[in-house]
Amino acid sequence: MVPTSYYLVLSAVLFGLGVVAFIFKRNIITIFMSIELMLNAVNLAFVAFSRALGQLQGQVFVFFVIVVAAAEAAVGLAIIIVIARNRGTLNVERVDSLKH
Amino acid sequence: MPVLAYLWILPLLPLLGAAANGIFGRGWTKGVVTRVALSSTTLAFLAALELVREFVALPPDQIPWTKSYFTWISAGGFRADFALQVDQLTIIMLLVVTGVGWLIHIYSTGYMHDDPGYRRFFSYLNLFMFFMLLLVLAANYLLMFVGWEGVGLCSYLLIGFFFLKQSATNAGNKAFWVNRIGDFGFILGLLLILRTFGTLDFATVLPRAAAMPAEPAGQAGVLTWIALLLFVGAAGKSAQLPLYVWLPDAMEGPTPVSALIHAATMVTAGVYMVARSHAIFLNAPVAMQVVAVIGCVTALFAATIGLVQTDIKKVLAYSTVSQLGYMFLACGVGAFSAGVFHLMTHAFFKGLLFLAAGSVIHAMGGEQDIRKMGGLRKKIPWTFWTMFMATLAIAGTPGFSGFFSKDEILLAAQRASTPLWALGVLTAGLTSFYMFRLLFLTFFGAQRFDEKHVHVHESPRNMLAPLVVLAILAVGGGWMAAPHLWGGANFFEEYLAPVFATAPETPAAAAEASVGAIELLQALLGAPVIAGLIGFFFAWWFYIRSPKTPKKLAASLAATYKLLSGKYFVDELYAAVIVRPLVWISDKVLWRVVDEGVIEGTVNGVAHVSRETGDRLRYASTGNIRTYAAWILVGAVVFTSLLLWMAG
Repeated sequence: MVPTSYYLVLSAVLFGLGVVAFIFKRNIITIFMSIELMLNAVNLAFVAFSRALGQLQGQVFVFFVIVVAAAEAAVGLAIIIVIARNRGTLNVERVDSLKH
Repeated sequence: MPVLAYLWILPLLPLLGAAANGIFGRGWTKGVVTRVALSSTTLAFLAALELVREFVALPPDQIPWTKSYFTWISAGGFRADFALQVDQLTIIMLLVVTGVGWLIHIYSTGYMHDDPGYRRFFSYLNLFMFFMLLLVLAANYLLMFVGWEGVGLCSYLLIGFFFLKQSATNAGNKAFWVNRIGDFGFILGLLLILRTFGTLDFATVLPRAAAMPAEPAGQAGVLTWIALLLFVGAAGKSAQLPLYVWLPDAMEGPTPVSALIHAATMVTAGVYMVARSHAIFLNAPVAMQVVAVIGCVTALFAATIGLVQTDIKKVLAYSTVSQLGYMFLACGVGAFSAGVFHLMTHAFFKGLLFLAAGSVIHAMGGEQDIRKMGGLRKKIPWTFWTMFMATLAIAGTPGFSGFFSKDEILLAAQRASTPLWALGVLTAGLTSFYMFRLLFLTFFGAQRFDEKHVHVHESPRNMLAPLVVLAILAVGGGWMAAPHLWGGANFFEEYLAPVFATAPETPAAAAEASVGAIELLQALLGAPVIAGLIGFFFAWWFYIRSPKTPKKLAASLAATYKLLSGKYFVDELYAAVIVRPLVWISDKVLWRVVDEGVIEGTVNGVAHVSRETGDRLRYASTGNIRTYAAWILVGAVVFTSLLLWMAG
C-alpha cells in the first residue's frame, strides 16, 4: 500500500504549482486553472487523510469542494467572458481600474 | 394671612416684570414697558407693606416666620429647601429694598427716558429686585447665595449697560471678577458650615453656633474660619479693603443703578449677611476684630480718596465704600443693630445723593466733572435742596438721620476700642469735608461752564418726586433711634433686639437707657459733631471763602495730593502684582504652551499620526490581484509555521 505521506507530498507539490502559477501568470484563464489545481491538491490531501484515518468526513468535504468549485467555475468563467468582451484582453495587469 | 403664607409672591412680582419686559416686550411701546416695570415694583412694595401689617400681628413665638415651599436639593444627607423666612431684620431689608427700589424705578422712567435700551434697562432692574428679595427672604445660606450671585449678575449687566463704551464693559468685568474672589470665600464658608453643622438652614445653624462656646481671643477655631470666610464674601460684595476696587469703577453704569445697586441695596448685602450670621461672628472674637479693623480702615481709606475726586459720582462712590466701612465697624464691635440702622439711613441719604447727582448730570447734559459745574443752586433748586438735605444727613448734622446712625456706631466703637473710635471720628470729619466740597463746587460759586453750550434745566417731575420722598426719609429716618438721647428707648434697636438676642448689646442698651441730659449734650456736641463742623468749615474755607487755597495746598503737598488723586495707586498695584502676571501666565503659558502645545498638540497629533500611517499603508493596496495573493501566501506560510513551531 502506498504510504499516506506520498499522497501528501504530491498534494503539496500540486498546491505549490498552483500557488506559483497564480502569482506569476498573467492570463486570467491560467490563473483560474491554477485555482482549480490548488483546490484539487487539497481534495487529494482530504481523500488521503480520509483513507489513512478510516473516516468518511474527508470524502464528504471533497464533495463540497467539488460543488463549490463547479459553482465558482460557472461564475468565474462568466466574469472572465465579460472582462474579455469589455476590455479586449485577458491580461490581469491591464485589469486594474479600481486602483486608478 | 395671604402674604405671610405666600411669601414667594414678593420676589415673584419683579421676576414677572423682568420676564414680561425682557422676553415679550420687543414690540412694546415705552408706555407699556414703563407700566409693566412700575406696576411689578409697586405691587411688590405694597405686598411688603401688607406683609409688615401681618407680621406685626404675629405672636412672638412664631418669629422668625419660616415657610418651606418645596425640597430644592436632596442629595445623600444634604437637604436644602426652597424656604423663605421673615423676621425683624428681614422686614427692615424688605422695606428698604422694595421702598427705595420703587422710588428709583420711578426716577428711572425720567432719567432713562431717551435711552434706546429703555426696555433692557427695566428688565434688568426688575430682575435685580427679584434676586435682592430672594437674598433677604432666604431661609438658608444656599438660597441666599442664589440671590447673592443673582444680584452680582444684575450688577454686572447694569454696570456694562452702555456696552458700546469700552470703559463700561471693562468696569463690568472688573466688578464681576473681583466679586468672584469674594464669592469664592463665601462658598468655602458655606462648605465649612455644612461640614460643621450638617445643614445650611439659618434656623439650625445659628442657634447651634450661638450655643457653641465662644472661641478664646487669639485662637482661630472653626467658627472663626467660617466667620472669616463669610467676611471675605461680604468684603467682596460690600466693597471693603482689599476688594473695594470694583465699586468706584461701577459708576460707569447709569446713575439710577449706582443709586439702587451700588449705594442703597446690593452693596449692603454683605452687611446684611454678617448681621444675619451674628451668632457665628459673636463666638469668633478674632473674626470680629478683623471685621471691625477692616471696616474702620476702609472707612478712613476711602474717605481720604474721596477728598480729591473730581467726578461727582466717584466722590459718592468712595463715600459709599467709606460708609459701608462704618457698617462693618459697627458689626465688628458687636453693634449689629447700629450697623443695620446705618444701612437703612445710608440707603435713604446715599440713594438720594446719587439720584440728585443724576439730576445734576441730567441738568448739565451729561457732564460729571464738578470742576466744570458751579453756581447751579438757583437753576435747579429742587435738586439743590434735596441734595443739601442728604449732605447734611451724611455729614452727621444733629437731628438728621445720619447723625443718629453714625453716633450709634461711634458710641459702640468707643466702648470697644479707642483707636477705632478715633479713626471713626476722623472719618466723620473727612466725610463732612468731601460732601460739602461736592456741594459747594456743584451748586455755589461762579459758573465754570459755558452757558451757550450747556442748557441747564431742572429735571422732570417723575425724577423730582423720588428726590423729595427720599429727602424726607433722609431727614427724618433717624428719629426711630432718637428718643434714647432723652433717656427713652431706641425703637430701632428694640425692634431688632429679638434677632440679635444673643448679641451683648442688651445690657449696654439698658445702661444707655439711663442717659441723662448731660450725656445728651455730650452726644449733641460730641466729637463726631465737632469733627463734622471742622470738616464743614474747611470745605467752606476752601471752596467758598478763598477758592485759590486748594490749588496752593495741592501744590505744596504735591506728593500727598498725587497719592490721593491716584487713589493710592491700588489699581496700579493690583495690575502689577495680580493682573499682569495673570495675563502673562495666561498668554505665555496657558495659551502658548498648554492650549496650543498640549491640547491642540494632542488633537492634531492624533490626526497627524493617522494620516501618516494611512499614507504608508496606502502602498499595500496596489489593486494587483497577484500581489494580494502573494501576501495571502506569505501570511499563510507565517501562520502555518507559527502554528507548527508552537505545536512542536
